[in-house]
Amino acid sequence: MTPKLERILTRVQKPARYTGGEYNEIVKDPEKVDLRVAFCFPDTYEIGMSNLGLQILYGAMNEDPGIWCERCFAPWGDMEEELRREKLPLYALESGDPIGDFDAIAFSLGYEMAYTSVLNMLDLAGVPVRSADRESLTPLVFAGGTSCINPEPMADFIDLFAIGEGEKLDMEILELLKKAKREGWPKSRFLRAAADIPGVYVPSLYEPEYNDDGTLRRVNVLDGAPETVTKRIVEDLDSVYYPTHAIVPSTEIVHDRVVLELFRGCVRGCRFCQAGFAYRPVRRHSTEFLLEKAKEALSGSGYEEITLSSLSTSDFKGLSELTDGLLEWCEPRKISLSLPSLRADNFSMGLMERVQKVRKSGLTFAPEAGSQRLRDVINKNVTEEALLNSCRIAFEGGWSTLKLYFMLGLPTETDEDVLAIAELAEKVLSCWRQNAVNRARGVKITVSTSMFVPKPHTPFEWEAQVSVEEYLRRVKLLREAIKSRAITYNWHAPDVSLIEAALSRGDRRLGAVIENVWRDGGRLDSWSDYFSFERWMNAFEKAGLDPDFYAARVRGEDELFPWDVISVGVRKSYLARERKAAYEGKITPDCRVKCMGCGANCLLERRACDE
Amino acid sequence: MSRILFKKEGRAKFISHLDLMRTMQRVFIRSGLAIRHTEGFNPHPYMNFAMPLSVGTESVCELMDFGLLGGAEPEEVPARLNAGCPQGIEILDCYEEKRKFKDIKWLDIEARLFYDYRACPLEALRELYSREQLIIEKRTKRGSAEVDILPLTGGIEIEPGEDGQLLMRSRLSAQDPALSPAQLISAIDQLAPELSPDFTAFRRVEVRDSDLHPFR
Ligand code: SF4
Repeated sequence: MTPKLERILTRVQKPARYTGGEYNEIVKDPEKVDLRVAFCFPDTYEIGMSNLGLQILYGAMNEDPGIWCERCFAPWGDMEEELRREKLPLYALESGDPIGDFDAIAFSLGYEMAYTSVLNMLDLAGVPVRSADRESLTPLVFAGGTSCINPEPMADFIDLFAIGEGEKLDMEILELLKKAKREGWPKSRFLRAAADIPGVYVPSLYEPEYNDDGTLRRVNVLDGAPETVTKRIVEDLDSVYYPTHAIVPSTEIVHDRVVLELFRGCVRGCRFCQAGFAYRPVRRHSTEFLLEKAKEALSGSGYEEITLSSLSTSDFKGLSELTDGLLEWCEPRKISLSLPSLRADNFSMGLMERVQKVRKSGLTFAPEAGSQRLRDVINKNVTEEALLNSCRIAFEGGWSTLKLYFMLGLPTETDEDVLAIAELAEKVLSCWRQNAVNRARGVKITVSTSMFVPKPHTPFEWEAQVSVEEYLRRVKLLREAIKSRAITYNWHAPDVSLIEAALSRGDRRLGAVIENVWRDGGRLDSWSDYFSFERWMNAFEKAGLDPDFYAARVRGEDELFPWDVISVGVRKSYLARERKAAYEGKITPDCRVKCMGCGANCLLERRACDE
Repeated sequence: MSRILFKKEGRAKFISHLDLMRTMQRVFIRSGLAIRHTEGFNPHPYMNFAMPLSVGTESVCELMDFGLLGGAEPEEVPARLNAGCPQGIEILDCYEEKRKFKDIKWLDIEARLFYDYRACPLEALRELYSREQLIIEKRTKRGSAEVDILPLTGGIEIEPGEDGQLLMRSRLSAQDPALSPAQLISAIDQLAPELSPDFTAFRRVEVRDSDLHPFR
């Protein structure tokens, strides 16, 4: 650590997040590797280090003795100020070396509100933010992660996108980069060659053309690059790297525990859920594999908590077997097991009771919509009966804090649907009155709503988001309908959701907006400390663009979308069919009951989904 | 009770006390050494630190007590713990605890004073610290109070350090009442602000009892 940095760190908040040196970090001799990679997470250390994907890819890349992959996170404002004042470039935590000198800078892009931080981190590293302004091969700036399934808004800044799961894909990209570096290729030659790797999208090889009304006319594909880029998946999860020796931060982070990923994908097909479509088809780890890795990860880290993580954990076949096996090992060691994202059904509740015998922390259910009609529209197959039954079990079991999550502004939503949220909450309350074991302790029911954001690659990708005013009107309606003082109502600010909606279905022209926001001081936009709606609106205006064009417009059935160049395996025609079913209020059975032929099976070598 | 003597330096000096407790807890689990837990509804490993160290201060003389269970010998403890430590934390020794932390009287510290824009005011500082009294304002819970810090020190020496810094060695009262290294420097800020260093780095070098023997 340089004396300059040492001084800075005595002045900033929570300096331990900027030092590196944690247990299990990987240090190599820079002289003995072919490539140095900075794995950048465009949010704080506490958020980034909680990300399982980061731990997986960090470990996977470092398995190659020729690659040293190090970490880098977005500094908080005080640290950024110090770095800029002292003219210290952004550095990697392991070596402390400036990432601008690395061969590759890889960003993990999980959510749209992190985009401005990507620009800010590049700038702090002394690297030009626009891809076109970076003439040399290195540092190559690439990105992967969920929000890359619409890469267009970030196309001006990123040299290439890795679409889908990175375990193998990233290695193929880096292998090619090694060769290019060794043989002194110009950047353009490398990018063209990289475009031939399945799953790689090189934005400079695709030129969008627009209609007069602002919609996309066509995309000119240059130099023989592939017409569509299909997401990569790992077919056999047990066969790839699993982070049993993940880095253990020396300071508190958001998820300070072992995270055990059971499977990828989800069989449910909730129509609003991007992850549900983007990660198809379902692929699972074997129970034996998970038991073994869980034990290794716990003894290797010293964590006293393990959490099972997947999109819909209770759908894991063999979950009882797994939790029994884990509990048997964990209980004598005083290690606790937690299960997030449970469904409100009997099975899950039984599990919940077994697992969390001691700690009765809050329970969360996400019915998403208040009425059965609207839940059918979004294909959230939870009945009121099942929900109330779960609540009964919870209240009988001594729980007295319950959170209920909903979205406002879902397609076809009426005032009746909004009012149904209040009714449902009242029913939950009377369920507590009838079943509470200890009524003297009281009950706290929290209803939260957020504004629905239509996402690309979902059946609602054509839908308009409701306006901020309309959302607030519905909030008011709901607020006035909630009478009981035992029910608290929280609503998320709609302005962030509007920007998120514009970015998530945006086209390449939004690059100018993102750059304007960043030049105007925008960064860490997922934090209310930093987000400024005004700044975003000014940036849109300056770029001559209207966020409503992207967020609040019902799109034509045949409209060409900026993200159509990316295939996640699920066909657009399937999404259209699902959208139609939504309007008809028809539910679609989950993949285990019946395969509806979404197309994602074609991503598998064996061409058939499990179960 | 068992006691460990450990270092916390380099990058690890930025780990806060709360985070250090969490970290040590995990270091024990990684080592596979069984240790005593507290009783009660929410049992946690029993760990008692002699004197919490402030963020940014290095130390080569930290002490922590814990209850070693299950027949492990104290001699094997340092190596087993060190295998699971983050960079900068190193366990130097482990032994049966024979005296209580309340017997700690003095703390020997080193301060490196950096002057960026001027020559080091060696003589002027020596003069300052050789006054009869050094009365500084100390912030307390009930506002502020004036204290003479000299009786709370067991000598202050200043000499030229490496790279043009000044090296100050001092013996400070460890408890009842304690004098912190930062207060030693705030004497300069308050009484002779023109001599204030641009940056000061602190390091604990030894803990001592009232007879000035190293406390173990
Ligand atoms: S192909 Fe069938 S089973 Fe596979 S994800 Fe699509 S709908 Fe589900």
